[in-house]
Amino acid sequence: MNGSYDVLVVGGGPGGAVAARTAAEAGLSVLLVEKRPAIGVPVRCAEGIGKDHLLEFIEPDPKFISAEIDTAVFVGPDGENFTLKSRSAGELIGYTLNRKVFDRELIWKAAEAGAEIQTHARAAEPILEGDRICGAVIEQHGKRFTIRAKVVIAADGVESKFAKWAGIDTTIPLSEIETCAQYVVNDIDIDEKANRFSFSFEDAPGGYIWVFPKGNRCANIGVGILGTKSGEGCRARDYLDRFIEKNYPNGKITELIVGGISVCRPLAETAADGLLITGDAARLSDPLTGCGIYNAMFSGKLAAETAVSAVKNGDTSKKALMAYDKAWRESGMGKALVRNYAVKEAFLHLNDDKLNSIIHSMQNRKIEEISVRNLVIAILNENPQLAKEMPALLELMR
Amino acid sequence: MITIRRDVCGYCGACVSVCPRGALELIDAYLSVDETACKPKCKICHTVCPLGAILWSEE
Repeated sequence: MNGSYDVLVVGGGPGGAVAARTAAEAGLSVLLVEKRPAIGVPVRCAEGIGKDHLLEFIEPDPKFISAEIDTAVFVGPDGENFTLKSRSAGELIGYTLNRKVFDRELIWKAAEAGAEIQTHARAAEPILEGDRICGAVIEQHGKRFTIRAKVVIAADGVESKFAKWAGIDTTIPLSEIETCAQYVVNDIDIDEKANRFSFSFEDAPGGYIWVFPKGNRCANIGVGILGTKSGEGCRARDYLDRFIEKNYPNGKITELIVGGISVCRPLAETAADGLLITGDAARLSDPLTGCGIYNAMFSGKLAAETAVSAVKNGDTSKKALMAYDKAWRESGMGKALVRNYAVKEAFLHLNDDKLNSIIHSMQNRKIEEISVRNLVIAILNENPQLAKEMPALLELMR
Repeated sequence: MITIRRDVCGYCGACVSVCPRGALELIDAYLSVDETACKPKCKICHTVCPLGAILWSEE
């Protein structure tokens, strides 16, 4: 490690890797630090990504794709379901990734572009001059390195410590986090082309249960529940164990994966003097689906592009870097976050009876009629008072 | 106060993200607690943990 770089990226997940690659390709000197000893592990993800979303960043390669998915099945509390195929299922289908390989591939692309990668290297504290971020103290193998950078990109995931140290409150309220547990389950009979989403306030309060096939009779099977519903005897893993016992009692479990996903609004500001915040750290995971890989890569790329202009113009002030904040909010991703937050809030007002009638009403529709808009109409029909409480939902209908 | 059961913890960081006092941190793959920042009566980390890796007691 040298003493100074144009850009320091904190975190080696998909967002950090794409940011480092983008900045390095533009000719900037880039250091990426990952606190874990290896990239991509332990996995904290259900590994689903939409086809178009993946293609925006990398050519699909069998080495990091576990399965190709063409169907989404939505299951209600009473077991009734409806199915969406290909286009109408949007980003809920596409690929199940192998994150252990995928993350390494993205890091390799960053390294190939010229970024320096350091693992087992932890950003321990920011270097501050007044309110301005000027780099970080990096701890690696028992040594401390003072690294100065014109721009720091905080891509440090759901923990989001770096921005917090810099004075930005990234704390997720307990009512706006999904606490999740997942098993990799082998030797089970499943439709290997279909992602299943099961909704039930009894079996997964405030969240859902997913089955994402990984090929060869194997799937990621997980449960997310709202933080406020979690506690002794009713933790995400307890719900998961009950679901597996009931549905896949003979499945062979080869891995336990846990994670937290924010379902809050994004941070009020994702830039400060010398600092950009991306992906899960900026609370950009999708509040409805919980998906975060694409949003991390998309925001990582935008952050790096903003850093490149800022460094070239010699102005890395908050004022200049807020161009990033504005750009992602105005993007399709930013708009989807606003929309899906409103739909998530509406979802949380439902109960199992209402969920059943929504699923039943969808069963009677032609597939091409099923869209987010029509789902929202179904939710509103079940809950007429919601329209008054949530102007954002009404906005969706226009 | 809280006690971390390292043999149960899955290093997911959910507790770190909800801690209102920034008292928790995943260092490498180990969860550590800054006991000077941790507020004894708060048990938000104990509540959110998907595995039950954080024990909490009044004392």
